[in-house]
Amino acid sequence: MLEIRNLHVTVDDKPILRGLDLEVRAGEVHAIMGPNGSGKSTLAYVLAGREGYVVTQGEIRYMGRDLLALAPEERAREGIFLAFQYPVEIPGVANVYLLKAALNAMRRHRGESELDAVDFLALVKGKLKLMDMDEALLYRAVNEGFSGGEKKRNEILQMAVLEPRLAILDETDSGLDIDALKVVANGVNAMRSPERAMILVTHYQRLLDYIRPDRVHVLALGRIALSGGPDLAQDLERRGYGWVEAEAQKRHAASAGGPG
Amino acid sequence: MGKRSVQLDELISQEYRHGFYTPLDVDDVPRGLSEDVIRVISAKKQEPAFMLEWRLKAFRHWLTMTEPHWATVHHPPIDYQDIVYYSAPRGKADGPQSLAEVDPELLRTYEKLGVPLQERELLAGVAVDAVFDSVSVATTFKEKLGELGIIFCSFSEAVRNHPDLVQEYLGSVVPYTDNFFATLNSAVFSDGSFCYIPPGVRCPMELSTYFRINARNTGQFERTLIIADRGAYVSYLEGCTAPMRDENQLHAAVVELIAREGAQIKYSTVQNWYPGDKDGKGGIYNFVTKRGDCREANSKISWTQVETGSAITWKYPSVILRGDNSVGEFHSVALTNHWQQADTGTKMIHLGRNTRSTILSKGISAGHGSNAYRGLVKVAKSAAGARNYTQCDSLLLGDRCAAHTFPYIEVKNPTARVEHEASTSRIGEDQLFYCQSRGISAEDAVSLIVSGFCKEVFRQLPMEFAVEAQKLLGVSLEGSIG
Ligand SMILES: Nc1ncnc2c1ncn2[C@@H]1O[C@H](COP(=O)(O)OP(=O)(O)OP(=O)(O)O)[C@@H](O)[C@H]1O
Ligand SMILES: [Mg+2]
Repeated sequence: MLEIRNLHVTVDDKPILRGLDLEVRAGEVHAIMGPNGSGKSTLAYVLAGREGYVVTQGEIRYMGRDLLALAPEERAREGIFLAFQYPVEIPGVANVYLLKAALNAMRRHRGESELDAVDFLALVKGKLKLMDMDEALLYRAVNEGFSGGEKKRNEILQMAVLEPRLAILDETDSGLDIDALKVVANGVNAMRSPERAMILVTHYQRLLDYIRPDRVHVLALGRIALSGGPDLAQDLERRGYGWVEAEAQKRHAASAGGPG
Repeated sequence: MGKRSVQLDELISQEYRHGFYTPLDVDDVPRGLSEDVIRVISAKKQEPAFMLEWRLKAFRHWLTMTEPHWATVHHPPIDYQDIVYYSAPRGKADGPQSLAEVDPELLRTYEKLGVPLQERELLAGVAVDAVFDSVSVATTFKEKLGELGIIFCSFSEAVRNHPDLVQEYLGSVVPYTDNFFATLNSAVFSDGSFCYIPPGVRCPMELSTYFRINARNTGQFERTLIIADRGAYVSYLEGCTAPMRDENQLHAAVVELIAREGAQIKYSTVQNWYPGDKDGKGGIYNFVTKRGDCREANSKISWTQVETGSAITWKYPSVILRGDNSVGEFHSVALTNHWQQADTGTKMIHLGRNTRSTILSKGISAGHGSNAYRGLVKVAKSAAGARNYTQCDSLLLGDRCAAHTFPYIEVKNPTARVEHEASTSRIGEDQLFYCQSRGISAEDAVSLIVSGFCKEVFRQLPMEFAVEAQKLLGVSLEGSIG
């Protein structure tokens, strides 16, 4: 579904990603871990198409197409969803209105008719229950005055309504209390399916106890420095990232010095 | 990221849809202003002597005045002798008596503008007075309103048929000495709307005036006078458009509102005069004096305005809170794009005890637009317990536009409470991207964010106008959900 090859990305002329490779197949869940500032959110933004994140080398293919050729809204309509690490507030715009506008934009793109208010509300209310959210949040301005945890839940609510093909969850677990973490994990698990892939960016093993990933990657020094099965997360929890970075450094020096 | 800013500017700009010109046979006076011209205007309108006297007093006073230059707006000098002060579609000398007598070409013009003058179910909730260049061409639903004792007619008709009311109230809120443009208007005003709601009557439909400047080199100087007698209620709407022209045209109107004991007047404007082109060429100079007088206790006047047009907007709809417990409100959205300039705001003058006022101003600037809020809150010694709350928010699109806030506060009574809050924000790259990442196009995202910003003001508008206002801001109809 997603193939990233030799991806180099700069932000304000500062190189952040330097030769990242990653492949995600339909039905898989991948966890991406890594130290603060290593470029996890950068990767998420590049996938979603944020301006200012300049790809200087490499390619990204999504469903067999060149992802980088698509505008952000086109990517969304093609099924890419990013749950933001820091969800954005939009004063005066009702949460429910943003949701409806988004869903109908997707439906139009797929050649389906737009949902009317009644059908739409029925759909959203079902998803609200799944996320154990108060209906009142629907009528408040998007993320305005939401608590940290409410913002994160709201992101997953949007995901549940929009039903993406590839969901990227950037630290959705950060700031959630223990009960909320379970609710969010249940919501995510309910959406796992053979047609859908997910990338979970996280710092904590705890999320992965609830959502068991197929692969775990460590992002360091601008690339995937280490990949492994679900147990890798436990190693990292115990040993930290220092050793991963040190080894990556060594390998990098070796390959840079070598003839290849 | 500069590229994005440019794109943003394009997004909220749209072509002016009302820029066509209607060729008509007109009756006008020569360019320029003199006592003679004023006498001619007054004679054409068959006015009583008191009216002519008033005009001449205003004109003589105007000659002693100079154009004000304190606003943050800039324009080349206006040649007041190069303006045609009276232009009317030719017809019966005393104006059409019914819709059947109105030139069909004119009716078509209004159809095109989306203001059908036929009294049919489409507009059943709104009575319209249409002012075309200098004269009122049609007033609808006159009879139906007449049954309730409501007078809704053109100003000229009011001068002829209700001279006592006109004489009692004309200039009682905005005297002919008030300011340069109001004084000019007092001398040359040609028509406008007049409205009187008798005691205890709640006007059952929205009253509306639609102003249209059509002729070239013509100024429009209309006057509106609305009187709500004891315990009466009226909601009044005003809309405006003009053809696209390269030269600037002057619009200097005066609106006076009088609310007597327990009366309420709600006055809404959607101003969409031609704003000039992308390079700042042409457009209307909109120099308007609007003022309401809460003359007696427990009365209420609220102004709601959505200002999207004009090359220059200079207006400060104000309320004099004379009666005890009276309430004044001002809700405003002003959008400036390309080279448009707006200097707008309000004055709340608290004289009575326990008077309250609320000011909510939303300024949106894009392109090279400049937007200034200028507001005065004045609490006199007599106004014990007066309260004011002011909120001024500015939204910037792109980095070449400007927003300014000039709050003036004068408080002479220690029991008064005056609060002021202000904010300036830029449409965030992050907000746009957030919407786009949900599948919403950049264009729709801007509309969404702008309509969110204006929501509290749009909520104050009557339904039909809220829709129009949203369209004007390039916002889809669905924006009102939730
Ligand atoms: N506009 C910018 N200008 C310069 N540097 C930037 C800019 N945006 C991001 N960076 C830098 O890019 C690097 C990667 O940031 P990113 O947000 O991708 O890290 P992260 O792995 O998500 O970190 P965290 O775990 O703290 O969320 C950081 O060093 C950050 O400071
Ligand atoms: Mg991050």
